[in-house]
Amino acid sequence: MSTVDHPLVTATGLAKRFGDFEAVRGIDVEVNRGEAFGFLGPNGAGKSSTMRMVAAVSPRTGGDLRVFGLDPDVDGPRIRARLGVCPQQDTLDNELTVRQNLQVYGRYFGLSRARVRERATELLEFAQLTDRADDQVEPLSGGMKRRLTIARSLVNEPDLLLLDEPTTGLDPQARHLLWDRLFRLKQSGVTLIITTHYMDEAEQLCDRLVVMDQGRIAAEGSPAELIGRYSTREVLELRFVPGGQEAVLPDVVDLAERVEVLPDRLLLYTEDGEGALAAAHNRGVRPISSLVRRSSLEDVFLRLTGRSLVD
Amino acid sequence: MTGPTTTIRSTGTVVGSWRATWLVIEGLWTWYRRSWRATVVSSVLQPVLMLLALGFGFGSQVQPGDATGGLRYVAYLAPALLVSGAIQNAGGESTYPVLSAFKWQKTYWGVVATPISPGQLLSGQLLWIALRLLGSGAVYLAIAALFGAVTGPGVLLSLLFAVLAGMAFCAPVVAFSASRDDDGQGFAGLFRFVVMPMTLFAGTFFPISQLPAWVRPLAWLTPVWHGNELARGAAFGTLRPLATLGHVGYLVALLVAGALLACRLFRRRLAV
Ligand SMILES: Nc1ncnc2c1ncn2[C@@H]1O[C@H](COP(=O)(O)OP(=O)(O)OP(=O)(O)O)[C@@H](O)[C@H]1O
Ligand SMILES: [Mg+2]
Repeated sequence: MSTVDHPLVTATGLAKRFGDFEAVRGIDVEVNRGEAFGFLGPNGAGKSSTMRMVAAVSPRTGGDLRVFGLDPDVDGPRIRARLGVCPQQDTLDNELTVRQNLQVYGRYFGLSRARVRERATELLEFAQLTDRADDQVEPLSGGMKRRLTIARSLVNEPDLLLLDEPTTGLDPQARHLLWDRLFRLKQSGVTLIITTHYMDEAEQLCDRLVVMDQGRIAAEGSPAELIGRYSTREVLELRFVPGGQEAVLPDVVDLAERVEVLPDRLLLYTEDGEGALAAAHNRGVRPISSLVRRSSLEDVFLRLTGRSLVD
Repeated sequence: MTGPTTTIRSTGTVVGSWRATWLVIEGLWTWYRRSWRATVVSSVLQPVLMLLALGFGFGSQVQPGDATGGLRYVAYLAPALLVSGAIQNAGGESTYPVLSAFKWQKTYWGVVATPISPGQLLSGQLLWIALRLLGSGAVYLAIAALFGAVTGPGVLLSLLFAVLAGMAFCAPVVAFSASRDDDGQGFAGLFRFVVMPMTLFAGTFFPISQLPAWVRPLAWLTPVWHGNELARGAAFGTLRPLATLGHVGYLVALLVAGALLACRLFRRRLAV
């Protein structure tokens, strides 16, 4: 069978209004088959609203949208049949067991009883919940519920997986495990769309991402491209007692291409961090501690939205 | 196909409407299989206790007469308790569980993220409640028959009428629940000011001819009264065609109007 290489998701001028409020203000996005695509943005940027439109559960109020080449307004059920969705808030049935949640959900996709039993066993393993399989969901920890939600989204072996802040509430080990699983899914041909507040997650998982702010796309590219375009090679971090950073600002402002003032730190964006640190020292600047590091997506984010990601 | 082609690996398919409705029922049944014990007291035991206390206990002090159609009071009461049981259960099943599925557990949102649509979800929910009413009513009838409170096989038809009356109440209440975003305060009012007076004054325990003339039209509005007329008529073999048509028509109209309204509200709330 031949597959034409075409975008799985195409949005042009896509908009979402809630009453008078414009949550998404005309965005253009293309997600290609087999790609891992990220939405970054501060709280309220419109990431979840966009995800819900792509998931064919929330009708758009403007622009155009195609998922698998289909219009969600017309072919919602056909689109949803091929999607896996992990919503920002869990929608598990707390009064059923872990296994029942997987089985009941699989049935909604038209899978046979035998198939959902099989699939539940596989997914329990995937989510490392096998030993809790026949426990009720209610008393599970937040992270376990999250893992179950993610497992449930895979019940129909989706072509496109939508993950809205999948790792929020997971401990570091569970997060790394999930990254590994998502990476493998991607290698097996699943297309991923992810929203996250974790920069390391975005850098690890996403081939391409957009930074959203106030319903618009502020920048688009691969993590490396974005860092190259919006930040310098290195960053010098100078830490002060809170408030102290304002006083030294005039002494260092000309040492870098750009300076960000955070509550307890100054970030000096420069090609040569060590050089800037030496120069600051010569001028008598005495921070509590200093650190030279490479630029990350966090810096891109700060530059584009004026806010740090993890509040 | 005009659109771009893709190889599909997903095993998900779009199921037909009836099957979708059935799958929603299956999901609710999975829940019920685990939790039915907790519901038995309110759904079956309550009407049985009413039958014992009021039918046999209080009824022993009541002389058969015109008001009871010449029957023992317990026989007069038994088919009507089928109706008020159905109404009570309908009230219980279409309030908190529905609000919870929207607001607390958000399970409805989980369902509509699959190929199943809000309308199919609603049909499944309504049919499920109808099946619950049928089951609880049947158990009540069996117990009532054991106690000798049943007059004949006509009560099987009474059971269907009771389910119809229950659903005529259920559908508008589901719509009401779909419109609520509080923590259930609205339901307290519903039970206190609608369900309770309806149960007491709409012809269950005594004929509404005993009510002051100006209150009677209020009783006519309730599904309980229409249900009682039908259930007793079926049980005692006194149904008259035109009146039956009228009662059934009214109940069906309530059911359909409620279901249509609920469908709009489900779509509006779940597809934002
Ligand atoms: N159903 C709704 N009704 C009204 N306003 C809404 C609704 N859903 C979202 N909004 C508003 O739209 C804006 C964008 O919300 P959205 O959930 O898409 O943001 P987000 O980028 O996912 O944020 P977060 O990182 O906090 O999850 C917010 O201001 C939010 O209040
Ligand atoms: Mg969100």
